Amino acid sequence: MIAVLQDPVRRRLYEYVAAQGREVGRNEAAEAAGVARTLAAHHLEKLTEAGLLDSGSRRLTGRSGPGAGRPAKVYTRARAERSVSLPARDYRTAAELLAEAAEEAGLDAGLRAAARRRGEALRGPAPACGGLEEVMEVLAGRGYEPRLEAAADAGSAGDADGGEGVGEGEGVGEGDGAEGGAAGEAERVVRMRNCPFHAVAESFPPLVCGMNLALLEGLIGTDGPVRARMDARPGECCVVVELSKNNED
Amino acid sequence: MTAPRHAAHLAQLNVATLRYPLDDPRVAPFVDMLDPVNAAADGAPGFVWRLVEDGAADATGLRPAGEDVIVNLSVWETQEALWDFAYRSGHLEVMRRRREWFARHVEAHMVLWWVPAGHLPTVGEAMERLADLRANGPSPRAFTFASSYSEAEAAPHLQAAPPTV
Repeated sequence: MIAVLQDPVRRRLYEYVAAQGREVGRNEAAEAAGVARTLAAHHLEKLTEAGLLDSGSRRLTGRSGPGAGRPAKVYTRARAERSVSLPARDYRTAAELLAEAAEEAGLDAGLRAAARRRGEALRGPAPACGGLEEVMEVLAGRGYEPRLEAAADAGSAGDADGGEGVGEGEGVGEGDGAEGGAAGEAERVVRMRNCPFHAVAESFPPLVCGMNLALLEGLIGTDGPVRARMDARPGECCVVVELSKNNED
Repeated sequence: MTAPRHAAHLAQLNVATLRYPLDDPRVAPFVDMLDPVNAAADGAPGFVWRLVEDGAADATGLRPAGEDVIVNLSVWETQEALWDFAYRSGHLEVMRRRREWFARHVEAHMVLWWVPAGHLPTVGEAMERLADLRANGPSPRAFTFASSYSEAEAAPHLQAAPPTV
């Protein structure tokens, strides 16, 4: 599997498809990797054979009937987890057993304190994150696959999947903490597509999601202009990071 | 309610021992979350029913399992629907802070079981399922998320009333 990703073109294709979080067609992937469509198709198939991507077919144009053409092949990152450890190590079982014991003993508070300390240690001497762009960088570095999204109205749990098209990348800078009913201001939040603790979090959600929140609080800092809070949704990390509207609270 | 799409629905009972009375300020954050979280449940995909005390918005006034024990009894179309609500909605925040308000249970405090679609379990029936789980461990009659049984595996036990334990 490591060998499959050694080819730089293949690796670019994999990273591109993985980063999109949706189905990607051959043309799009080829363009993103800067290679010809046939070469991209070849590598995408190799990646699928290796189990790193899942493939399917879909009419990308939305047309159907005669003249719509054959359905196009599309790719997504495979849902299965891969990990490589040489020599063999089994931290997953260790994590599950420790989580089970912590859950039974009710050690949530102690686990969170440890997680917050670890987050702070990872941040080092740097001050708390100064804005959402910086948060994005920090989270990407920890494998969370963050993206900016327009903040939905509080409580609407709908699956607004509009990640794209939201960000023009203009500074999310400090300040204008839109008080009161300014509904027009398109506020943005950072959401994370990947939960680095997925398997354990699925088995012990309150314990491990609480640990994750505390880790992120330590990592981005709680005395700056951003804050992390729980806002769980199906299929994603349970935490959202936003500008703290009012620093009292 | 629309016509049931599943032959069986998943019932869920949860018991939680309060560390302080519900009107104690230390439990206020929990009480404040009751209405929004219950509203989220009512609107969640796959939600079928939840127990509510007559004339109240929720079941916190019913104390079938002890004076300081509140219960949560609900029915869902699928196990995934219940899981997504319990752990992938605003309810997760309640769960995350559970130790602030509830005592740790040594015995099982949550039980799942399949009921025929359309059947709304009684509190007595639910308490029997919990007793079954505590006495016999997980089985198709009474199980948990970690040790779940499919609708098909539970089919022989799909009567409205639980078997006598």
